[in-house]
Amino acid sequence: MKNRIHSKMQEDKKLLSIYFTAGYPALNNTVQILEDLEKNGVDMVEIGLPFSDPLADGPTIQASSSKALKNGMTTAVLFDQLKDIRKTVSIPLILMGYFNPMMQYGVEAFCKKCQEIGIDGLIIPDLPVAVYHEEYQPIFEKYGLINVFLITPQTDDERIRYIDSVSNGFIYMVSSASVTGSQSGFGNTQQDYFKRIAAMQLKNPQIVGFGISNSETFTQATTDAKGAIIGSAFIKHLTANGVAAIGDFVQHIR
Amino acid sequence: MNYNVTEKGYYGTYGGAYIPEMLYPNVENLRQNYLKIMQEPSFKEEFDQLLKDYVGRPSPLYFAKRLSEKYNTKVYLKREDLNHTGAHKVNNTIGQILMAKKLGKNRIIAETGAGQHGVATATVCALMGMDCIVYMGEIDIARQAPNVARMKMLGAEVRPATSGSKTLKDATNEAIRDWINNPVDTHYIIGSAIGPHPYPDMVTRFQSIISEEIKWQLKEKEGRENPDYVVACIGGGSNAAGTYYHFLHEEEVGIIAVEAAGKGIHSGESAATSALGKEGIIHGCRTLLMQTEDGQITEPYSISAGLDYPGVGPLHSHLYTSGRGEFYSATDDEAMTSGLELTQLEGIIPAIESSHALAIFKHKTFKPEDVVVISLSGRGDKDLDNYIKYFNL
Repeated sequence: MKNRIHSKMQEDKKLLSIYFTAGYPALNNTVQILEDLEKNGVDMVEIGLPFSDPLADGPTIQASSSKALKNGMTTAVLFDQLKDIRKTVSIPLILMGYFNPMMQYGVEAFCKKCQEIGIDGLIIPDLPVAVYHEEYQPIFEKYGLINVFLITPQTDDERIRYIDSVSNGFIYMVSSASVTGSQSGFGNTQQDYFKRIAAMQLKNPQIVGFGISNSETFTQATTDAKGAIIGSAFIKHLTANGVAAIGDFVQHIR
Repeated sequence: MNYNVTEKGYYGTYGGAYIPEMLYPNVENLRQNYLKIMQEPSFKEEFDQLLKDYVGRPSPLYFAKRLSEKYNTKVYLKREDLNHTGAHKVNNTIGQILMAKKLGKNRIIAETGAGQHGVATATVCALMGMDCIVYMGEIDIARQAPNVARMKMLGAEVRPATSGSKTLKDATNEAIRDWINNPVDTHYIIGSAIGPHPYPDMVTRFQSIISEEIKWQLKEKEGRENPDYVVACIGGGSNAAGTYYHFLHEEEVGIIAVEAAGKGIHSGESAATSALGKEGIIHGCRTLLMQTEDGQITEPYSISAGLDYPGVGPLHSHLYTSGRGEFYSATDDEAMTSGLELTQLEGIIPAIESSHALAIFKHKTFKPEDVVVISLSGRGDKDLDNYIKYFNL
């Protein structure tokens, strides 16, 4: 079967992707959040697998991860929650998490389970592209999974070309030198960076993440890029308004 | 077998650089330049001179006569406790601050648990006139007030880590996040032989002055460079790495590591990583670490704040797995009584970390002719409160 991420990238529109931490605010919210996001027109979802030590995340996602772990979320619990997800949700689903829990589950077993469920891709911030390329790529490909890599404003052109060559789906373009959730609005530096990357004519489309929180930043981020990912702002919305008001949040983005 | 780091940063299967892309440019810059810089004559000259005139090296290799008599073997103590700032930590911070200068960085960040590495970092930042921010768990700030005061007096800003368990591992996470947020002007001085490559190797090389000195000092005293055993305590493992370094490939030298068993290896309150850990990723490094079945990193416990780390440096994981190192663990009780014993036999109050190394005599019997060198990694001033409470002094 064709990977849903590939089909999605072909659509003639700017893509809105949402990140949330599985097991937050309550352990069993996962399926409802996914269904509501799709119902409200979200194009793609990153499901965060919580980790005790999320190095690349700011306070909002850290706090949601701690709470999710306290609620009892584990890799096995998440897989169980998602076992029938393809009966109700058809947009691309990406699991985003740190490498250690995947290693402990077993990388191959993890990938196999993802395929059974209908997961399309993975984002693993602390699995470097070279290690993936040399050790794990055949396993991911065997199970039809797209592994998504990050680039940042500090990534030099040569490395961007290398990441583009190993990527197959999209490139996660980190908007600025920061952890998640620490930006408010994009200045000239970021806009220049967005343009610089667009001018490189990469083979993979780019989806911008980090620092997108509302309609204005979504529009800025997607002027040149294919889409944008909202994480911390959505978690904050869940914290303040619960899972019932997901539609409100999405409608305000576009 | 090879015990040195490979080109890609591995010791056996351990090591590497499992870092988010945001850290790649800084870590890669360091990887490409650290060996070159360390070999520059101007770097070596300044490093050696500071170790001599500022730190007070060489640190003595002291024959502990009464301790030797008690255990019927020949015990030498490598007196890192006599260094400026009271522990081996400063060997590394001197090296790394000079490295930061060469790399054109002017802002220094560090993590600290008990505060020893924080103090050693704040000290060299004062010496070099650099901005210094030390991340320290909120809980550790409360229980290590004198070291917090020292850092502040030295001009450092101490930032509380309020995430997770609010101790060393979280302080390390916060320091890494700071580096992600400040990729251009900042150098991160990691305090132990942990973290992404090249940190474990760089820290080990800066600490290797310990074993370099042991070799010539022992030659003077015993007529031979190699002892029968070198013994060190291990948390992350920087003093151990420095103590072992020049003996790693000398097969006649036994390498002994003592971890912190806390209230007992299987008590649920322990930091004996080699016994309890499984291979995984912590702070950018593939190594043995204490974790749940699900891969969540767990909080260790030891009476010694300096050994209270859920992982262990990748070199040590390799020494453990390959069998090159003999690994033991000492409980709080064994360490505390060994610390008191050294105080009363030799007039030296050791840091509680170092007391764990001294507790080797509770686990292993040496031959009368054996020469056993123990790294006395730090002095006990900072631990007086703990000793007082423990022994009702």
